[in-house]
Amino acid sequence: MDILLSNVDWPEIGVASWDTLVMVGMSLLFSVLAGLPVGVLLFLTGKRQLLEQPVAYAVLSFVVNVLRSIPFIILLIVMIPFTVMLIGTSLGVAGAIPPLVAGGAPFFARLVETSLREVDRGIIEATQAMGANVRQIVFGALLPEALPGIIAGITVTAITLVSYAAMSGVIGGGGLGDLAIRFGYQRFQTDVMVITVALLVIFVQVLQMIGDRLVLYFSRK
Amino acid sequence: MIVFNQVQKSYQVGGRAIPALLPTDMTIETGEVFGIVGHSGAGKSTLVRLINLLEPPTGGDILIDDENITGYSAAELRAFRRKVGMIFQHFNLLSSKTVADNIAFPMKLAGIYSKAEIRERVQELLARVSLTDQADKYPSQLSGGQKQRVGIARALACRPTILLCDEATSALDPQTTQSVLRLLGDLNKELGLTIVLITHEMDVVRRVCDRVAVMDGGRVVEMGAVSDVFLHPQHPTTRDFVFESESVDSQERQQDLQKASGRILRLTFRGESTYQPLLGSVARASGVDFSILSGRIDHIKDTPYGQLTLSLVGGDLEVAMEALEAADVHVEVVR
Repeated sequence: MDILLSNVDWPEIGVASWDTLVMVGMSLLFSVLAGLPVGVLLFLTGKRQLLEQPVAYAVLSFVVNVLRSIPFIILLIVMIPFTVMLIGTSLGVAGAIPPLVAGGAPFFARLVETSLREVDRGIIEATQAMGANVRQIVFGALLPEALPGIIAGITVTAITLVSYAAMSGVIGGGGLGDLAIRFGYQRFQTDVMVITVALLVIFVQVLQMIGDRLVLYFSRK
Repeated sequence: MIVFNQVQKSYQVGGRAIPALLPTDMTIETGEVFGIVGHSGAGKSTLVRLINLLEPPTGGDILIDDENITGYSAAELRAFRRKVGMIFQHFNLLSSKTVADNIAFPMKLAGIYSKAEIRERVQELLARVSLTDQADKYPSQLSGGQKQRVGIARALACRPTILLCDEATSALDPQTTQSVLRLLGDLNKELGLTIVLITHEMDVVRRVCDRVAVMDGGRVVEMGAVSDVFLHPQHPTTRDFVFESESVDSQERQQDLQKASGRILRLTFRGESTYQPLLGSVARASGVDFSILSGRIDHIKDTPYGQLTLSLVGGDLEVAMEALEAADVHVEVVR
C-alpha cells in the first residue's frame, strides 16, 4: 500500500479535501442566494406570467445566457481583475469563490425558473382568486410547490460546482483540483491523481444521494 | 346580486382582437344557484372569471351588490376576492400543504385572523365537509371527491357570499358528482350563498340550479328558469344540451318518430301533476288510442317532472288535448 501510494501526502489530501468542501459550500450558498431571486424574477417577468415584462425578461435572460455561454475555464480568467477588486486576491480558496458563483448562480437561476414553470397554473390562479398579492403567491404557493424541483436544482448546481472548483486549480484555486494538477499532472504522480479523482467521485455520489433523499422527503405528489 | 352591464372580453392575439365574450347583460340574484352551460370555447370560463376579475373585462361594468368592481384598485380587488370563493375542475389544491393547511391558506393570506380563529374555523369546515379525520393528509392521498370537498372548504374559509364553480364536477365520477352537488345545494340553502356554476353537463344544471344561461360562441343564447329552459328549450344549442343529457341521439329520435303512426304529442307534467293517473282517463273520455314512444320522470332541483312522447290514433283528438291542458299538462304537437 505504502509503495503503491508512495507520493501521497495524506495530511495534504485532507487539507485539499477540506478546501474543496469549503469552496463548493460557500459558492453553493452564494449561488443559491443570488440565483433564487433571479430565477423567480425570470419566471415572473416571463411571457403570460404575473409580472410580464418583456424588456426586463430580455435583459435578465441575456445576462444569464452570457454568463452561461462562457466556458468556465475562460470565466475563471476573465474574472481575475474583478475577483482581486472584490477580495484582494484571485488565488487560493477565497479567490476561487467569486468565479464559482459567477458560474453557478446563472445556472441555478435557470433551474429555478424551470421548476417554477412546472407548478400548475391552476394553483397560481386559485391563490390569486383567494386575494393573494404577488409576494404571497411567490412565498405562499409557488416556492413551496416548486420546492422538490428547487432542491433537485441545488443538487445539480452543487455537483457542477464540484467540477468547477476542481477546474479552478488551473489558476491556483486550491483544493483537490489544485492537487491533481500540481502533483498528478505536472509531476506525473499518478497515485495522487487517482486518489483525488476517487475523492471527487465519492463527493459527487454523496451530494447526489443527499439531494435525492431531500427531494423525496419534500415531494407530496 | 351580480349585474353584468354590456360586459365584454376579447383577447389580443397577434395584434387582432379575438372576442371571448360578446357584450352581455345578465343579472344573478343573491342566494340563487345560477348555471352557465356551454361547450368548451363557448365563453363560460371567461364569464365566470370576470366575476372575480381573474379576467378583467375589455368593456362594460360589473356590479356586485350595487358596487362597480371594475374600478377597484389592486388592494380593493384583493379584499373583494376574499368574499368570493372559487372551486375548480382540477381542484388546484397545494400539494405541499396538508388538508387543514390548504383550508387555512386563504385565511392566512387575508392576514386578519388570529391563529386560534383559523384553527377553530378549519375544524368547523372539516366537519362540514366530513373530512375531520383526513386533516393531516396531503391532497395526493385523497380521492377526487375528497379533494373537491377540501376545495369547497377552502373556498368557504373567509365566509364568502358568492361561490364560483368552474366545472367543479367534470373530473368526478357520477356518484361523487351527486354528493358534491348535494353539498353545494345544502350550502346554498344553509348559508344563503350565491352559487355561479359553469358546466357542460345539463344534468348538473337540472339537479342544483335555479336559473340557467346557455352560451354559444361567446354569447348567451338562452336564459331563464331551469324548468322552462330544460323542458321547453328554444335555441338549437339548448336543445342539443337537453337531448345530450337524456342520452338521446336526435337522429335516432327522428327515425323513431317516422315509424310511428297518427299524431305525435309531447306532454310535459310538472310538480304534482307528474304523479296523477291522467292518461287512462283521457283515453277513455276521448276514445283515442295511444302508444308511448319515449318517456322520462325525473326532478329539476326539487320539482318532479315527467315528459312523455305519445302517438295518438283515432278518437277525438281535440277532446284529449283539452282534457290534458285542463289538468295542467303542457302539450306540444310534434307532428
